[in-house]
Amino acid sequence: MRNTRALSPIFELSAPGRRGATLPASDVPYAALDDILPADARAHALPDLPEVAEPDVVRHYTCISQLNMSVDTHFYPLGSCTMKYNPKRNERLASLPGLLDLHPYQSETSHQGMLQLLFELQQMLAEIAGLHVVSLQPAAGAHGELAALMTAAAYFRDRGENRTKVLAPDSAHGTNPASAAVAGFDAVTVRSTPEGYVDLDDLKSKLDDQFAVFMITNPSTLGMFEKNIRPIADMVHAAGGLLYLDGANMNAILGISRPGDFGADMMHYNPHKTFSGPHGGGGPGAGPIAVREMLGPYLPAPLVAFDGVRYRLDYDRPKSIGRVRSFFGNVGVLVRAYCYIRTYGAKGLREVSENAVLNANYLLSKVKHIFPVPQGERCMHEFVATASKIKAERGVSAMDIAKRLLDYGFHAPTVYFPSTVKESMMMEPTETESKETLDAFANALFRITEESPDLLHEAPHSTGVSRPDEVKAARQPQTSWPKA
Amino acid sequence: MSYLFNTPEDQRAMLESIGVGSIDELFAQLVPDEARLHRELEIPPAMSELELTAQMQSLAAKNTACSSRPCFLGGGAYDHFIPAAVDALASRGEFFTSYTPYQPEVSQGNLTVTFEYQTFITRLTGMDVANASLYDGATAATEAALMCLEATGRRGRVVVAGSVHPEYRQTLQTYLACLGVELVTVGALDGTVSAAEVAAACNDQTACVLVQQPNFFGCLEDVEAIGMAAHEAGAMFVVSVDPISLGILKKPSEYGADIVTAEGQSLGNPLHYGGPYLGIIACKSEFVRRMPGRIAGQTVDRRGKRCWVLTLQTREQHIRREKATSNICTNQGLFALRATIYLSLLGPHGLRETAELCARKSHYARSLLSTGTRFSSAFAAPTFKEFVVRDNAGAVEQLLADAEQEGYFAGIALGRWYPELADCFLVCVTEKRTRAEIEGLASVLTSSPAGLTAELANHHA
Ligand SMILES: Cc1ncc(COP(=O)(O)O)c(C=O)c1O
Repeated sequence: MRNTRALSPIFELSAPGRRGATLPASDVPYAALDDILPADARAHALPDLPEVAEPDVVRHYTCISQLNMSVDTHFYPLGSCTMKYNPKRNERLASLPGLLDLHPYQSETSHQGMLQLLFELQQMLAEIAGLHVVSLQPAAGAHGELAALMTAAAYFRDRGENRTKVLAPDSAHGTNPASAAVAGFDAVTVRSTPEGYVDLDDLKSKLDDQFAVFMITNPSTLGMFEKNIRPIADMVHAAGGLLYLDGANMNAILGISRPGDFGADMMHYNPHKTFSGPHGGGGPGAGPIAVREMLGPYLPAPLVAFDGVRYRLDYDRPKSIGRVRSFFGNVGVLVRAYCYIRTYGAKGLREVSENAVLNANYLLSKVKHIFPVPQGERCMHEFVATASKIKAERGVSAMDIAKRLLDYGFHAPTVYFPSTVKESMMMEPTETESKETLDAFANALFRITEESPDLLHEAPHSTGVSRPDEVKAARQPQTSWPKA
Repeated sequence: MSYLFNTPEDQRAMLESIGVGSIDELFAQLVPDEARLHRELEIPPAMSELELTAQMQSLAAKNTACSSRPCFLGGGAYDHFIPAAVDALASRGEFFTSYTPYQPEVSQGNLTVTFEYQTFITRLTGMDVANASLYDGATAATEAALMCLEATGRRGRVVVAGSVHPEYRQTLQTYLACLGVELVTVGALDGTVSAAEVAAACNDQTACVLVQQPNFFGCLEDVEAIGMAAHEAGAMFVVSVDPISLGILKKPSEYGADIVTAEGQSLGNPLHYGGPYLGIIACKSEFVRRMPGRIAGQTVDRRGKRCWVLTLQTREQHIRREKATSNICTNQGLFALRATIYLSLLGPHGLRETAELCARKSHYARSLLSTGTRFSSAFAAPTFKEFVVRDNAGAVEQLLADAEQEGYFAGIALGRWYPELADCFLVCVTEKRTRAEIEGLASVLTSSPAGLTAELANHHA
């Protein structure tokens, strides 16, 4: 049934003389090009692009889209990524011309509605966080981490303190230490216990006078709520440092627990996870950051301000770190987050987290008989199972299981992260899945354990392509189509 | 709630399987009481789809869409034509509700697109390798500068033209300040920078020179000479381009660029009040291992079938953590997809014609706005689709506000970034503007009383 011609890269569909778009003729008085743009600045040849007709373009991209698994088509329990349903109404509403066709430099009087939306979003995100001031500027979670660490650096500098170290647990997402390095800090790793909690002794030993920020992910990447979060916050503050919350896992605690209340001084949200912004095949995201009052002056500018009558962009923030990007922020993602929060309201957001946690615990209760879950019997929105037993007994790896799941029509969990658990499979079902789906998924996992190792090593079998040769791809990188 | 499944019945069965009595009990086992919120969030109540639609429509109604009037605003965000097929294809759920292709076997659609996108970018820029995308034009230029610090081992200074987008320079400043790297700005008093001044600004600890072509003022820089000056100083040469301009201007490879960055919004992406946009970065092959972000590469599967996969991942944060080339994880894949579809539809002729229309129409507008006594062209340099107009009456803010009253988004006042250009504004003319709109703009601006005394206004009339 596959249309193999349409699946070829667009370059193979090209034929000279075809085109997929026509432009109007120039309607302004003629001027010789040489009088507009000097000849020596101009290209000698036409741009080197394929020549294809519009129907070919439509068929090609439609057919290749069908090679993807997606939330719209499949269960996608990719841990840490919160692959929940992306509401269609948000797409329609974010595309209203009065929201979509706004230029970042048009006058404030001409976009009061957009500024109102963004102002209200700042307030709602502050309330959900239990923190005070919100910047919507960062473009993704990692960018939010970076902007917040820069904010912390400016805060310490302003206080005349020279603190150079940023701590993060070994189970932290790679962006945490990477953001610390980009922000000019030394990244230091803190050990976790086998249950996935912060090793308090190790943390204590690293809280010296060079210590600036402890980045904690709570709930953690193992899906555990840090039971010592208050004592940790107290230790961090007693050492003169700041507690940063990686908010990637906020989907577990909306309306249940607030980072500001448990001691975090700053945090980022991943609205493309928690607030249903579609992941777009890799992005876009957004990375709003919320901070305590005393850190507010250092946030990236502008923020949206309201004087009771008019909304405006507040650039008058002399202590601000400046900009971390151009223009206001990833507004398209923020508009969808606004739609999502308004759809659910306070009670609804709490139900989101309750059902996300219920679904994850239910799945855990079904999976633990098949694959051990080292952290125990309970989890928040996700959990990490291990394939190390089946690996030792039958040579079947987490990778084999992940690949075989694709044959059963399920996207794989996140595998081999966090690295603190061997042969890890991190499963995050989200609240937008049914019990039937979770049963079917657990059932597939069980059936896989009964299959022959040889079959599993060769999986997937039904996906059009089998496992790519990654070594070859890296050894002789071919990252673009060769020239004709 | 429309997006949830669990009925009370389901919940009972699930709780039983878990072995707890209630959801509350479950949370009580997990979250220490001292960390619990014992009240409801103060957030407005839930809304049905109908109510939400009304709410969003009322917010949208308080905005004036650029699509509802002639828009001459540019400055890094552009009102270009977007063919319907771009929206239709990019809104397929298989594209926009998927994520990073961690499982290549079920992500060949996205990987094919990324590979095509990388190819288009390398062909337009003349570079060897492009990545899958960065956040926007500002962070792309900044990441390029960070690459240069590593590649040259020179960590003292970055030299930037004052004619680079002010917000790109501010972003660069924010990042470099954290690393203790000095940012030296070369002035652009005539609308462009001089190669001699660039050379003078470089020292033996200068990692790179960054310019924009066409620059923020729309002017063409003498990129050949600047590139030579950079290389003579042992620095790398980074150029931020307008991808539409590559339909008619030389490729950056032809004038010595080592890294090319761009804001890719103009390639089929809506304005959306400044984001999400598309950060483009491409470099010569010798720098590929310092490239930030995802890269797709071609390979074969176990049966020898051609396929694509994320490659060179040992550069990235999920493997290298604090030693990674960048902290980027989530990128702007959806907008790289849109750019790819856009460029496929336009093809070589469509992109050339788009660029030519921009150049011709803005040239016409520039000539209309520099003939009378009120306005003059601020700079003599040739321009592509934007140009700077000086208001000899010095009343830019009022002038632009009046024009807006008359139904025109006429331009961007420059005083907020360039105090010496407080009497100037930036006008952008894309292929979408018609002769009637251009002439309408000229007539509205020329007849504006802003800044003129009654006597002068009469004289003008
Ligand atoms: C725990 C955690 N932290 C940070 C990030 C980074 O967020 P983003 O990908 O939006 O930059 C992610 C997601 O990828 C994550 O799962």
